Amino acid sequence: MTEPLLIVNHLAKAYGQTPVLEDINFTVNKGEVVALLGRSGSGKSTLIRTLNGLEPFQGGTLTFAGQAIDPTPATWLALRRRIGMVFQSYDLFPNLTVLANLMLAPVQVAHQPKAQAETAARTLLTRFGLAEFADRYPSALSGGQKQRIAIARALLMKPALMLFDEVTASLDPEMVHGVLALMTDLARADMTMIVVTHEMGFARKVADRILFLDDGRITADMPAEAFFTAPPTESARNFLASMTDR
Amino acid sequence: MSQSGLELLFQGQNLPRLLAGFGVTLRVAAVVLALGLSLGALLGALRTLPNRGLQVVLRGYLEIFRIVPTVVLLFVAYYLLPQLGGLNLSGEAVAVVTFTLWTAAEMSDIVRGALVAVPRHQVEAGAALGLTRAQQLRFILFPQAVPLALPGTINLATRVIKTTSLLLMISVMDLVNVGQTLVEANSHLHPTFAFWLYGALFIGYYLLCAPLSWWAKHIARQRKAVTND
Ligand SMILES: Nc1ncnc2c1ncn2[C@@H]1O[C@H](COP(=O)(O)OP(=O)(O)OP(=O)(O)O)[C@@H](O)[C@H]1O
Ligand SMILES: [Mg+2]
Repeated sequence: MTEPLLIVNHLAKAYGQTPVLEDINFTVNKGEVVALLGRSGSGKSTLIRTLNGLEPFQGGTLTFAGQAIDPTPATWLALRRRIGMVFQSYDLFPNLTVLANLMLAPVQVAHQPKAQAETAARTLLTRFGLAEFADRYPSALSGGQKQRIAIARALLMKPALMLFDEVTASLDPEMVHGVLALMTDLARADMTMIVVTHEMGFARKVADRILFLDDGRITADMPAEAFFTAPPTESARNFLASMTDR
Repeated sequence: MSQSGLELLFQGQNLPRLLAGFGVTLRVAAVVLALGLSLGALLGALRTLPNRGLQVVLRGYLEIFRIVPTVVLLFVAYYLLPQLGGLNLSGEAVAVVTFTLWTAAEMSDIVRGALVAVPRHQVEAGAALGLTRAQQLRFILFPQAVPLALPGTINLATRVIKTTSLLLMISVMDLVNVGQTLVEANSHLHPTFAFWLYGALFIGYYLLCAPLSWWAKHIARQRKAVTND
């Protein structure tokens, strides 16, 4: 059974007078993993940032879990509890310990009792093999550890959808694997995910579908295997060629 | 009867008068710091808002108080305020108002700088977690801005303390003014009196400012040790 979680319809976005996204249409079903690919500057970050209201958009509609999104601040506030996001730069809060980073939103936003939030945080840290870092500050961690904790921080809000924006792009090569493995586990556990990535191996292996963004427009929306075996456009072919000879 | 200049310092009302002057300096500095730093923090926060008109006004205020020497501001306030409003302010009150406005102007710049130095991503990450704007400020922006603003604020505090010596110019009996008066009254009794007295002033200001200065250095060192995030 496919049940749509997110429907994007005729989405349009401009920075000032410059259009960045034009007539974007796609659907993400529950449990699906969608990889959003495209060249630098094609609008990938802008697109996923419109999905949780970090960027306003000018045209089109979004529907989340059957509800049309009325893009007001109050709507976004409510929706961000259900949409987790992880960034390239980790963005752990350096003024808080790892545990406090993990408990902040569950306590302040979801109003969980502290003890419950702490138990959940420690349990997840243990599952991720990071239990020993609970009381450290982010500055004492490696990039890979920080990024796994940033993922844990988003997951503790029990989101229905996870957005990832090039979460391995700042990592040393030896750290990339651990983060991708974690994301693969999440995908296997049926988390619905939209993943912006330059890791073609990961996209091919883990994603159900590829969205290819070309200069602000989606020019391919198809099963991952099909995209990689037969890229549908010249531009997609060139993109894949440029990614493989890196 | 021959005394040393040092003994003269402890004679009669000399020391109590000096301590009273020290008290005035301390009181003015404390009131100015309490009012000026709070007002400045508020103005600094306002200066990060996008409102154009507000920014022009606040920047103009900062520029005026930064460009015009504080002593000129003080004279202007001392001679003009009573004529303008017809209010009868004491010299000390005029000085408190002037120094507070000057301190707030300087502080607003320190606070604005600290707030904009916190990476925008930090606040965005908070927003993405569902924190309200107020929660983003309380848990993320302010806690990260305070350590950034602290060294500049401490430095400003020492400047404020030293600037209170301008009270002399409008005849308020602060530490320097008392000292000056005592020198004039006693120097003929012993030639080294002025030396000991100015030494006492030095110690007074040193006691007020040195701990602040050490604290600022300590923070800077600490920050160097932890900022690799
Ligand atoms: N805040 C902004 N203001 C103005 N233009 C912007 C802004 N952010 C992005 N852009 C422009 O919008 C376009 C899309 O940028 P975006 O960051 O979404 O691309 P991207 O696909 O994520 O690229 P990358 O792979 O380099 O991260 C680019 O031309 C970029 O210069
Ligand atoms: Mg990007």
